[in-house]
Amino acid sequence: MGDPDSSDENNESMTANPQLNRNGELTHLLSIEGLPASILWQILDTARSFVSIGEREVKKVPLLRGKSVFNLFFEASTRTRTTFEIAAKRLSADVINLNIATSSQNKGERLLDTVDNLAAMNADMFIVRHAQSGAAHFIARHVSPNIHVINAGDGRHEHPTQGLLDVFTIRHYKHDFSKLRVAIVGDVLHSRVARSQIHALSILGCPEIRAIGPRTLLPREIQGLGVHVYHDMHEGLKDVDVVTMLRLQNERMQGPLLPSPQEFFKNYGLTPEKLARARPDAIVLHPGPMNRGVEIDSSVADGTQSVILPQVTFGIAVRMAVMSILAGN
Amino acid sequence: MKILIHGGRVVDPTSGLDRIQDLCIAEGRIAAVGSIPDGFHPDRKINASGMIVCPGLVDLAVRLREPGYEHIATLESEMSAAVAGGVTSLACLPDTDPPLDEPGLVEMLKHRARQLNQARVYPLGALTQGLRGERLTEMAELTEAGCIAFTQADAPIVDTAVLLSALDYASTFGYQVWLRPQEHFLARNGVAHEGQVATRLGLGGIPVSAETIAIATVVNLMRNTEARVHLCRLSSAAGVAMVREARAQGLKLTCDISIHHLHLSEMDIGYYDSNCHLQPPLRGQRDRDALRAALLDGTIDALCSDHTPVDEDAKQLPFAESDAGATGLELLLPLALKWGDETGTPLAQTLARVTCDPARILGIDAGNLAIGRAADLCLFDAERYWKVDAQSLKSMGKNTPYFRMELRGRVCFTLVEGQVVYEL
Repeated sequence: MGDPDSSDENNESMTANPQLNRNGELTHLLSIEGLPASILWQILDTARSFVSIGEREVKKVPLLRGKSVFNLFFEASTRTRTTFEIAAKRLSADVINLNIATSSQNKGERLLDTVDNLAAMNADMFIVRHAQSGAAHFIARHVSPNIHVINAGDGRHEHPTQGLLDVFTIRHYKHDFSKLRVAIVGDVLHSRVARSQIHALSILGCPEIRAIGPRTLLPREIQGLGVHVYHDMHEGLKDVDVVTMLRLQNERMQGPLLPSPQEFFKNYGLTPEKLARARPDAIVLHPGPMNRGVEIDSSVADGTQSVILPQVTFGIAVRMAVMSILAGN
Repeated sequence: MKILIHGGRVVDPTSGLDRIQDLCIAEGRIAAVGSIPDGFHPDRKINASGMIVCPGLVDLAVRLREPGYEHIATLESEMSAAVAGGVTSLACLPDTDPPLDEPGLVEMLKHRARQLNQARVYPLGALTQGLRGERLTEMAELTEAGCIAFTQADAPIVDTAVLLSALDYASTFGYQVWLRPQEHFLARNGVAHEGQVATRLGLGGIPVSAETIAIATVVNLMRNTEARVHLCRLSSAAGVAMVREARAQGLKLTCDISIHHLHLSEMDIGYYDSNCHLQPPLRGQRDRDALRAALLDGTIDALCSDHTPVDEDAKQLPFAESDAGATGLELLLPLALKWGDETGTPLAQTLARVTCDPARILGIDAGNLAIGRAADLCLFDAERYWKVDAQSLKSMGKNTPYFRMELRGRVCFTLVEGQVVYEL
């Protein structure tokens, strides 16, 4: 950064794919978009081999021994941070958790300063969550090449490890993406989970992805991502193999986007009746944390078609796989 | 001081003149074009062979950043950037700190600019006090102090009744009102065009309707007033179509676009390039194509630099947190030429969009090579390539989407009032 040439390089990198090195290998995980299918399969296959580690008596492998992984959370999160922490620890890394409260406009300055300081502590990996879309890209552009950045959710852009664990879960239950119909329901507009899952599914060859929700919660150009748009949930769920319910943030439950959580539940809450429109063997995903009675009925969340808890378990394996691949294993 | 500029290709966009010939300057004015008058003994001869000799450029949107933002750019730095870009007259925006809403501030600015003896500065006065969109400024006083029109810069007038009063009041005295059409509420959470790229990158979108609604408001208010309105920096095809229609109905409406919207689209944001964080946002490729065509057919009167130097630190942030804006004064000419080349526009017409056309909007006698008028000239080498980088730019603002690009057309001499104020 002090180097006058670095800004020039940064400018060039604005158009090059920032997460792959010159050999096409993964050097950061910032978004699913732009990744080749081969890398997604590599992550999924690696993750599969890690699932069993969690079931063992001694839940550790030495793949990241001696490495420092910094959990850099500019936005509050317990669940995601914890799963990254567990994943890193199972790989024998040293994990440092930093919850950096985002305050005022100085946020940005603090962001670069924080990153520089942590880099100076010889960090090997940054797990970054930030309220602004593109924050992980921004940090990845500024760190030296030996530091790997994993995006743990940036604004409403992407949450790539969540997208990966979603497709890992789908693959686990459905085996093959080439004949699947997948429906993503709810607040797609503000959802980084939705974007990552949509990209992951299309890269892996899923032929039909549907986005279901009211117009206020769907991006206007969503068809550009290759999805079919439905506003009627009964229609949208017909014959699907997978239903992903998105979390509706509290602050969006009433106001200009939606009249009330009750009305949202009436139209888009996943009830047994609505789920019956899907294929009988359809599975139900949710990135968590759930709002029972807002986007999902308890009987569905706890029902036989729900794979919400396995998602969490698989999430650790997927995050281990990503870290292990980034570390060069 | 008498200067002979010889051997240059003299292009006067006003008259359409385009021929290799000599140009004589005496006492700050153009004394002759073509034949050298008897008894003309120049003190200096400028060999302009291989160069284009044209009127100095007129830029309708420049932020000089003084007063108040001297850490971003100074009058000295930006005035030298202006003449390095061949710009000899510029309109500067009032969104300084404090804003240009008092005659004293305007006089001070004009005074300081005059002392620098470079480009001519035409301040745009604030339309409302503090640019807050509530109370009108003292427009008569501000006009006496040197303001040539009134504007809100990028600040909104949320209350349409205030906008109507502002137009009514200004039109009473024949003052021009310049507005950048953008509906406040539709735009306030956005940082990029509401389109494919913002959807993919998860950036807050500014819909085209933010622009068209604002234009519709202005056009409707204009019907009941005698207002003369200039719309600044259009961004969309739909916006241009509305302007075309309003003009066909006889409304006194003019408009401009920036060098950024002439060549770039939302796609140029790439992976969150904060240099492409601009206001209004870069829109779709069809919008860009419509703007390019409208500049050609004259629906869009002028091309401006929208020169906005930004603090380097303010760009080193995630896209949405970065400051909008880019440097532009030194890019205006090469980017106009680029557009002219790509569209096959005759050079005189290309230059008209950055000389006589903006001069007409400003209501100043500039942008032509008539005998007897002040010798504000730009001499440039149209074949010379140069690289846009921190070293080549005189402006303190180094951020631009065109950074590291090779552009064609380099200013070699700039003259204001017959004096060489810039020499490459």
